[in-house]
Amino acid sequence: MNKDTLITRLRELLPAATPEGSGEWAVLPLPGGEWHAWAGRLRDDAVLQLDYLFCLTCVDWKTRLTMVYHLGSSRHNEALVIKIDLDREQPSVPSVSDIWRTAEFHEREVYELFGVDFPGHPDLRLLILPEGWEGKNPLRKDFEDPVNMIKL
Amino acid sequence: MLTDDAAIEKQPAGSPPAAGPGSFPGQVHPVPGGGILVSKLDEVINWARSNSLWPLVFGTSCCAIEMMSTASAKYDWSRFGFEVARATPRQADVIIIAGTIVNKMAPVLKRLYDQMAEPKYVIAMGACATSGGPFFYNTYSVVKGADHVIPVDVYIAGCPPRPEALLHAMITLQEKIRSGLTREQIRMEKPDQPTP
Repeated sequence: MNKDTLITRLRELLPAATPEGSGEWAVLPLPGGEWHAWAGRLRDDAVLQLDYLFCLTCVDWKTRLTMVYHLGSSRHNEALVIKIDLDREQPSVPSVSDIWRTAEFHEREVYELFGVDFPGHPDLRLLILPEGWEGKNPLRKDFEDPVNMIKL
Repeated sequence: MLTDDAAIEKQPAGSPPAAGPGSFPGQVHPVPGGGILVSKLDEVINWARSNSLWPLVFGTSCCAIEMMSTASAKYDWSRFGFEVARATPRQADVIIIAGTIVNKMAPVLKRLYDQMAEPKYVIAMGACATSGGPFFYNTYSVVKGADHVIPVDVYIAGCPPRPEALLHAMITLQEKIRSGLTREQIRMEKPDQPTP
């Protein structure tokens, strides 16, 4: 399987999808609502076999948040990037920690740094930040910390 | 202090010993059957201290890679007396702050420094340990210079500094130790001065 067959397979699975393949990896924007069901299908699909979530992060665009999932296939040595736009005021996306176990830590990190809620996560609490940080999300673009931050 | 004849023969009578960085601070006065070594005890102690500095195994980011390289065969800091890197602060003399110090690490660094026995020395390696470096602006988590936490003797510029720069800083620290008082001695001699 290469990038083209991956995109072809994505179009078969999801006719409404708009996968894009100009970069190194294929990129597939998805709506957040059906993400959990799609995540399971992408992992278990006989052609794709995206069995490895090797990066889970978030981007603050100031007007919205974008969740970015990098899925890898250890069988085919091919990767797919999933992007899910979230509402910046009430960001919430279903947890995929039951599908890719590694997401459990990654989602806790995104939870503390960006304030994204992950319904379905077994243990959503701070990962690295010290106690008392709940509600302050230091990787949001509008984060202010007058004690520790020197603004440029 | 009596020295053996062989050592005396290398020194022409009356001439000072070969002066250079790291040479023994003293002079040999030849007498029949040997020689008398004249020196100051403080200088001898400082000379001994400067030539046997044991660093603490402490690295918080990429500068630690350069520090490891400095310890390895190509640069080999054991040539200057640094070979015994210690994994416990109780046995270390110098702490090389090799990397970024974040707010969460700062109390750990302070504690390690407090656990080291006097006299103790600190080298701030690289931009992060000196000033926060690339994390100076718009960062919530980085200490803007390790000297906010513990006193620093020698700073090294670079991001990360090359092993040669670290060696230069270590030799500079040795010269600093040889040329003067330790912080401990300064504290004892001038009790009115606030401790650094």
